[in-house]
Amino acid sequence: MKRISGVVFLALLCVFPLFAGDFYINLASQILIAAIFAMSLNLLVGYGGLTSLGHASFLGFAAYASAWSTTHMGLGVGTAAVVAILATMVMAGLFGMIALRATGLGFLMITLALSQVLWGLAYRWVAVTNGDNGMSGLVRPAPFGISLDSGANYYWFTLVVFVVSYWLMAIFVSSAFGSALRGTRDQARRMSALGHDVWMIRWITFIYAGFWGAVSGLLYVYYTKYIHPSSLSITASAEGLLSVIAGGSGTLGGPVVGAALLIILKNYASAYVERWNMLLGFVFLFIVLVLPEGIVPGLKRIFSRRQGGQS
Amino acid sequence: MQFWIIQGLNSLALGGLLFLLASGFSLIFGLMRIANLTHGAFFMLGAYLGANAIRSIDGVNLWTAAVGTGLLVAAAGGLLERLVLRQLSTNPLGQVLVTLGMSFIIADACLMIWGGDPIPVPTPADLRKPLLLFGFAFPTYRVVVVGCAIVAAIALYGLLERTRIGAMIRAGVDDMDMARAIGIPVSALFTAVFCLGAGIAGAGGVLGGPIMSAYPGLDADMLPLALIVVILGGVGSLLGAFVGSFIIGFIYTFGIALLPDLAYVILFLPMIVVIAFRPQGLFGRIGA
Repeated sequence: MKRISGVVFLALLCVFPLFAGDFYINLASQILIAAIFAMSLNLLVGYGGLTSLGHASFLGFAAYASAWSTTHMGLGVGTAAVVAILATMVMAGLFGMIALRATGLGFLMITLALSQVLWGLAYRWVAVTNGDNGMSGLVRPAPFGISLDSGANYYWFTLVVFVVSYWLMAIFVSSAFGSALRGTRDQARRMSALGHDVWMIRWITFIYAGFWGAVSGLLYVYYTKYIHPSSLSITASAEGLLSVIAGGSGTLGGPVVGAALLIILKNYASAYVERWNMLLGFVFLFIVLVLPEGIVPGLKRIFSRRQGGQS
Repeated sequence: MQFWIIQGLNSLALGGLLFLLASGFSLIFGLMRIANLTHGAFFMLGAYLGANAIRSIDGVNLWTAAVGTGLLVAAAGGLLERLVLRQLSTNPLGQVLVTLGMSFIIADACLMIWGGDPIPVPTPADLRKPLLLFGFAFPTYRVVVVGCAIVAAIALYGLLERTRIGAMIRAGVDDMDMARAIGIPVSALFTAVFCLGAGIAGAGGVLGGPIMSAYPGLDADMLPLALIVVILGGVGSLLGAFVGSFIIGFIYTFGIALLPDLAYVILFLPMIVVIAFRPQGLFGRIGA
């Protein structure tokens, strides 16, 4: 039953551009990109118990790396993508070595500080990043000679990447390694007594999350064809974290739902109010105070109660 | 020579301001285990309120503005702690997220009320003349800011080490359950420390006004510096906040002056060194 509804939902996503207008197609692309970003953060937050407030550094760094290597190094978009992802993973490795000296709030503070350092760098290092003006004039890739410049084509491209990423992350969390990761979240000391290298498990997860963060960054920069330091800001990291927690951390679908709601809210709210940051702040308060477990687990609980407690 | 001396003094002034910000953050973290991400917003709110009071209310000078604003921000911090954070006492992650949300709300409210242009804060008239010492001219106000930070540091030290309340706070930092068990009103201490930290940050924002003025994004500029100070110095340690503030003040100021593009990257270095060799920070006893 679950599998059938999944297939139907996926089919609907595939044919969506055939009957939807451009606005909705672009909105859906944004949602898919934000969903990959949130899912990658969820690997750390939900499965690893490592709450990062600096995840935007992966998205922004990969986007900048791709933009810089196409405009300054003259690389093709495809090569630049590989370079950007590898560079982001190296950076994730270094950041992980620093941040994983701590857990809990210390980890959160260090990831926040590291990402703010990158954000400041993007603003100040004008020679490389063009500072506050951002980098424009970027192009989308054309895999197998298919142009992605139309909204619908780009949506399908994003959808393919999204499905692959969802599938691979699902495999990751249900694998033996994923179980070990959840073990380090719940009982770190016991895991290390059992002979697991807790630090290494976390570090690998950090880099893997950085990889998918980089992928979402590439999709983001292809979508906007422009990159600005604000994509590295604490607001960007906080939006990702809010998606994870609002949707339900530690569930596969939760971050997707959270990201969808957040992007829809952002798009519709910005039509009526200018104050997105303030609204974001209130959403934070609302989620933490009213729906701390997230929307997906909350609905699951209500649903299973209705079926007489079967889960 | 003049360059090095002036930049050195600028470093000390920034270090002093950072101490006013980071000491409160560190105390709150040490006692309550809350990473109060609203702290940068408290600093900015202080700067705006102070700038406004000085410019629009007759007879208010920088010092009365700093005290008044400090009290106002302290009250705001107390409300936040009592009404919101208190409900989440078993949920540290929720507390961080709430303080983050509050920082967005405060920052955006400041932008809404005071607009996007920086509001300069005038330097007090009697401190505008440069101070002539050993044949060099020093900007007097910066010397005074350093003095204020040192006075604040001594006062905080005295409060923590020499008074009954300070002893209670230290007991709470060391072993909260035991402190509760022997009848120390930990809950009231929480509110007091949160008010104190917020108030110092707010007053620090006013004192920083003549140097950096009040502008949108001041919170996002200051909070990471304060975080790095606390990571360097060790959470909950007043001495750590003091030493860390001046280290970061020097590194950041000279970084901006000598390598303006890469000033932010240089901030990495002390952090990496300290985290690699002393993860609990230079003077920290508890892991973050």
